[in-house]
Amino acid sequence: MRDGVNAAGMIIDDREDGIFRVHRSAFVDNNILDLERSRIFDRCWLFAGHQSEFPQRGDFVTRTVAGRPIILVHGDDGKIRALMNTCRHRGNLVCREHKGKGAEIFRCFYHGWIFNTRGELKGIPGEEAYSAAFDRDALGLEPAPRLHNFRGCVFISFDPEIESFENYMGDALTVLDNTLNLGDMEFVEGQFKYSMRANWKLLVENSMDGYHAAYTHERFFSQWMPSEGFSAGFQPPPPRPGTANGPPRGTVPLGNGHVTTNYPSPDNRPAVSTPYLEKYAKADFDQFRSGLEKRFGDKKARMVECGAGNYLIFPNLMVIDGWRVFRTFYPTSPDYMEINAWACLPKEDSPALRRARLDWYLAFQGPGGFATPDDVEGLEGCQMGFATHKEVEWSDISRGMKGNTAGGPGELQMRVFWREWHARMTTGGHADYTGD
Amino acid sequence: MTAATIPARQKIEDFLYEEADLLDNWKLNEWLALFDQERGGYYIPSTDAPDSDPDHALFLIADDMKKLRSRVDQLLSGATWAENPKSRTRHMVNNVRILGMENDALLIKANFVVYRMRFEKIDPYIGTYHYKLIPHDGSFIILERKVILDLEALRPHGKVSFIV
Repeated sequence: MRDGVNAAGMIIDDREDGIFRVHRSAFVDNNILDLERSRIFDRCWLFAGHQSEFPQRGDFVTRTVAGRPIILVHGDDGKIRALMNTCRHRGNLVCREHKGKGAEIFRCFYHGWIFNTRGELKGIPGEEAYSAAFDRDALGLEPAPRLHNFRGCVFISFDPEIESFENYMGDALTVLDNTLNLGDMEFVEGQFKYSMRANWKLLVENSMDGYHAAYTHERFFSQWMPSEGFSAGFQPPPPRPGTANGPPRGTVPLGNGHVTTNYPSPDNRPAVSTPYLEKYAKADFDQFRSGLEKRFGDKKARMVECGAGNYLIFPNLMVIDGWRVFRTFYPTSPDYMEINAWACLPKEDSPALRRARLDWYLAFQGPGGFATPDDVEGLEGCQMGFATHKEVEWSDISRGMKGNTAGGPGELQMRVFWREWHARMTTGGHADYTGD
Repeated sequence: MTAATIPARQKIEDFLYEEADLLDNWKLNEWLALFDQERGGYYIPSTDAPDSDPDHALFLIADDMKKLRSRVDQLLSGATWAENPKSRTRHMVNNVRILGMENDALLIKANFVVYRMRFEKIDPYIGTYHYKLIPHDGSFIILERKVILDLEALRPHGKVSFIV
């Protein structure tokens, strides 16, 4: 048994024989969570939000990113900032609303210090009480050390020395770019804020697990789909595996722990949502598609419409193109995570197409959908089972090793995550190679 | 219907208490029969956008009757793992008010606390019900049942897999 003080023995990765296992103490040990905080969440680029949530100058949202209270604010100078939500005087939250429009200042109620939307300290009651050494200009709201706005997606890092966003993203940048090509994208009003009594890494695995779909989501496929007139066996067509000389296809490691279950390709049509959108908004959807074809040409338009299946931007941004989900989640303890999820849709959708996309989203996704609650149930059950980790030490993630594509979906995408996780937790650097 | 013919609040309360009892006993087909079978709807807005509209905003649940019928079928089939084994629930309904009329429907608002018990954990769901009820044959038909949660997030609840 591992004592859990370090991560070195947490995975068995036998590429030669085709065995991959994860030690279950990785899901329950407080020391592991402490290491994850310092070696992963403090050292990665993290998704914080989308610019459409605070589109105008003075608009803001507050949320917790890697445990820190953050204000995402559109400054009066037009710049997007991620400010630490703590007064430089004595620590109180300076902004205590979930979101707001047209703010001119943030005023800490504790002693009345006032900051502008750029984070600059602009007012101190009784300022004459401070000595000449007191430097007001140095006491603005502290920004997150790094911020990168990629086409409206705001990523931040708490590591001032982190590599550039482009280097970090590797091939995942192309995949995210393809997702955002669908239109002038916005995060739709209405955010799913929920939780699971389960370790956060279980949701990384689950969010790109093709194997579980037919079993965990039996009711979605065998009850809801037929209620809509679709065949009970309806499933997205399995991505075809790539060839040595051809373009990448199917599950593809994207470098640095990022991975997609379906590399974008013009051959992947139709998207999983297509039959539903055609049923409920055919004329508008056809028009939307012809708009894509005008912008991108026929082949690229198909690639944009289909998207990339489910992909992970390490460590904790899941994008699910079949439903246009952005989802991120953080542990607050080894057996509990807080989850935020959004629908990222084109602003230019007609009313009928928007409603059809939302209905499709709701049918599967979220705490009231016909699938997500069963994922919550399953992962909470795994976590309960992990209480036996001293006796039942290992979880198996070997499906599809040695290039085996028989028997349905494999688990390469999870191994990619775990290989990067293991490298981060042990050497502190990226894994040399995350594929099989 | 005129103001003089608006039913007494007690009749509405009786109806809501009967409904709560059906839900707590998992008599979901009987509950479904309370709805207008063509135009009925069951809605739960996202916790951060309680006043939003399902045409434009992401809801937790926005069921027309086709979806609601499927939801009930799924909950009773045994393949909804989130409710198999079934949660124990207790719907507490109070502060019932008649707010007015919209066409042929009464606008009813009530407070609720629904407790869900499962795996020895208790999750309280708190909020207001907003009903559109059509008086019919001495009772009522549910035209719309909207559940506005006071919760700021579904934490630690995680899901709304049963009928709130």
